[in-house]
Amino acid sequence: MAERLKAVDVVTVGVGLTGAILGKELAATGLKVVGLERGPMRDTVPDFQSPAIHDELRYAVRKALTQDNVKEAMTFRNSTGQTALPMRRWQGFMPGNGLGGAAVHWNGLTWRFQPADFVYRTHLEGRYGKGFVDSDLTIQDWGVTYAELEPHYDRFEYLCGTSGKAGNIKGVVQAGGNPFEGPRSREYPTRPMKEPYYGALFRKGAESLGYHPFPSPASTLSEPYTNPEGLSLHQCVFCGFCERFACEHFAKASPQTVILPVALKNPDYELRTGCQVLRVNLDSTGKKSTGVTYVDAAGREYEQPAELVLITAYSLNNVRMLLNSRIGKPYDPVTGEGVVGRNYAFQTMSYASVFYDQDVVINPFMASGASGTVIDDFAGDNFDHKGLGFIGGAYISATMTGGRPIEFHPTPPGTPSWGLGWKQAVARHYNHTVVLTCHGSSHPMRGNCLDLDPTYKDAWGQPLLRVTFDFPQNDVRMSRYVTDKAVGIGRAMGGKIVAGAPRERPYDSTIYQTTHNTGGAIMGNDPTTSAVNRYLQSWDVPNVFVVGASAYPHNASYNPTGTVGALTYWALDAIKNRYLKAPGALVPR
Amino acid sequence: MSRLSRRDVVTATGAAAAAALAIAPPEAAAQQAPPAAQPTVYLFFNTDEVAFIEAALSRLIPADDQWPGALEAGVANFIDKELNGAWGAGERLYRSGPWQPGTPSQGYQLPFTPAELFRTALAAITKELARAGTPFAKMSGEQQDAYLRSLEAGAADLGGVPSDVFFAHLWDAPVEGFFSDPVYGGNRDMMAWKMIGFPGAYASYYEVVDQHGMKLDRAPTSLAEDSHGHVHVQPVIPAGQR
Ligand SMILES: Cc1cc2nc3c(=O)[nH]c(=O)nc-3n(C[C@H](O)[C@H](O)[C@H](O)COP(=O)(O)OP(=O)(O)OC[C@H]3O[C@@H](n4cnc5c(N)ncnc54)[C@H](O)[C@@H]3O)c2cc1C
Repeated sequence: MAERLKAVDVVTVGVGLTGAILGKELAATGLKVVGLERGPMRDTVPDFQSPAIHDELRYAVRKALTQDNVKEAMTFRNSTGQTALPMRRWQGFMPGNGLGGAAVHWNGLTWRFQPADFVYRTHLEGRYGKGFVDSDLTIQDWGVTYAELEPHYDRFEYLCGTSGKAGNIKGVVQAGGNPFEGPRSREYPTRPMKEPYYGALFRKGAESLGYHPFPSPASTLSEPYTNPEGLSLHQCVFCGFCERFACEHFAKASPQTVILPVALKNPDYELRTGCQVLRVNLDSTGKKSTGVTYVDAAGREYEQPAELVLITAYSLNNVRMLLNSRIGKPYDPVTGEGVVGRNYAFQTMSYASVFYDQDVVINPFMASGASGTVIDDFAGDNFDHKGLGFIGGAYISATMTGGRPIEFHPTPPGTPSWGLGWKQAVARHYNHTVVLTCHGSSHPMRGNCLDLDPTYKDAWGQPLLRVTFDFPQNDVRMSRYVTDKAVGIGRAMGGKIVAGAPRERPYDSTIYQTTHNTGGAIMGNDPTTSAVNRYLQSWDVPNVFVVGASAYPHNASYNPTGTVGALTYWALDAIKNRYLKAPGALVPR
Repeated sequence: MSRLSRRDVVTATGAAAAAALAIAPPEAAAQQAPPAAQPTVYLFFNTDEVAFIEAALSRLIPADDQWPGALEAGVANFIDKELNGAWGAGERLYRSGPWQPGTPSQGYQLPFTPAELFRTALAAITKELARAGTPFAKMSGEQQDAYLRSLEAGAADLGGVPSDVFFAHLWDAPVEGFFSDPVYGGNRDMMAWKMIGFPGAYASYYEVVDQHGMKLDRAPTSLAEDSHGHVHVQPVIPAGQR
């Protein structure tokens, strides 16, 4: 029997990026907030310190900071006709676990989506006419606009201290920035990071082709910075142990560096780690949540009553929490009806490797997870798609992120896969290769979805999440087109050999691409095609908000967390200024 | 035993290097002379398995006239300690059934832990090759390569382990052992890092990141190094259990 605890005002399910922001802000209004985090307590000191943190095997390969899938895995299949099987190891993506969530071991690439992304179907049909978009793509408008989100993007970037160069301030294009971006209200909080050699080579090549390179937007900081919370970050030293690692230097924005210390000082905020939330509880009407049930690290079960439940458990876990709690109608990929699990999308990644002679010394290990140079010319709808046969695109970048050799040892095509030829090629090319990334959009299609697995269970006996995903043909065509552009840049960079590898079907869950899983509890203005309204409030249970990239109707050409941060502050604004004054549905059904 | 003689060579090389450095000032010698290689004490592998693993390593990542291979870098020791620890026991491996074969895009679907997988497959290989007459370690280099290629192609069933699945594990392990920090018992003297020019756990490049094309000439750093530059190898540190 679960022990019933004293009621509180707010519970967050998970204390990663979104949970930390919302927990801190709502406690600051005087509400009693409890943050329930399944993983351990951890902080920059003493847990992330060198030299132990500079351990590629432990963190990057064995994935020590990732969700423990001995206890909690997910199942996967490419299409609804197959039997899903457990992803027995994290290979394709690596959700976080522990205080701070995946925002501890992220890269720090901090992007905004394009204004067109938020009105995606309207925009594309307006520009190219109806019938241009493949009929299997279930794209739709988001119910919120870029203009509405801009102040919240700005707030998130100033929270993180993001380093970069604005390309458009209030409609005026700025030299040196991204000329394609939506207007921002002001400059980035910190200047761009220094440009590593791979970035400089890329810049030159891209410029020679008439493209528009600019410094990659990075929440690994170029200079010391104190954020509006009063927390100070240091200058990044380009240590090369960034993504998949926690930052030892207080130089990467993470919940621990930019917000949690403020929350933890507030007596109205209580953090409980080692607490696995099993479900969000509903009253007999099924339309009101009464709180959550969780199990602590010692296996004791508790019921935590709360007035307001914020599901902030990472996109995939958010969707599973809704399904296990029976909130919202599950999506059926056959009829296309239902909403929870709908429009699951990912990211369409591809690469071009640029191999140089030995006199070009790249030093790929001098890097942060986000340092480098980018072009936005082929992202989203920044280029004319007429006659191309696809929608969407990718940013192309030289952002090498660390050159750690278990994971990074590029060899040109034709190299034997082991033996002397392999070894000598690795020795020859390791320090003389630049790898370009094409970071591509991912469109939802009818068969791609999330639901509960009928067979496999977690350590608490609850069904695992079942992921059904393959790349839509649209995205494969996009990947071929953009990868070709990256190969062109590689040639202009003076590479002796340039090898492009566009993304092809089937999606392979054993190959890491990103941890940018989106959708499944998407936002919108129509409750028959969205699980949450434009404020990320559940249509079905108004005292539940579902915050994270689970809200994205599609995934754009960019890393998702800038938009996660913006949506978190957008939802916070609605909770603080409207919901708390009159609890109930913010948008009538 | 062949492995003892190989190790003697490594030790002798270390001693020769130390002798050559004796003319250098003592602090420099302390920094540069690699500690003499310890003979591997195998905790997981039995003698048949050792013979196979050592021979396979010298084909998978062979020594050449410039750089040592996986065997000389202590990778057999690395694999032995990994399989004997948490990794071998299936840390971060979802282990509930039912067990069914999947598609390649669904990844590993066998009930074996890494330790069980190596043990099972190696026993099957030893038995098969004993029947055929020549143990793997006694084959010529070309024969060994051909045999490894046949495993890689997935032709055989090794006691329930498809040989391509075994080969994938047999290949991942030396890449990890060759390039991981020497604290795990491979990458001895950071040889693999020196080969490619990776500075290891050393990690502060703010001042030099914009000196484009610079050649970094410092020796790599291990996370287990003391102030004299000696690397303290911890024989049994499972990756997930520090
Ligand atoms: C290697 C890597 C690199 C990345 N790089 C980038 C990048 O460069 N740019 C970018 O934009 N994005 C990046 N991301 C993505 C980024 O980390 C996420 O978008 C961000 O962390 C999402 O915030 P969140 O609050 O939704 O989830 P998280 O930050 O992951 O927090 C969710 C928390 O909920 C907890 N939780 C889950 N289930 C439960 C439960 N049942 N009970 C209790 N607690 C629970 C988890 O343990 C976790 O701590 C990267 C991710 C990874 C893994």
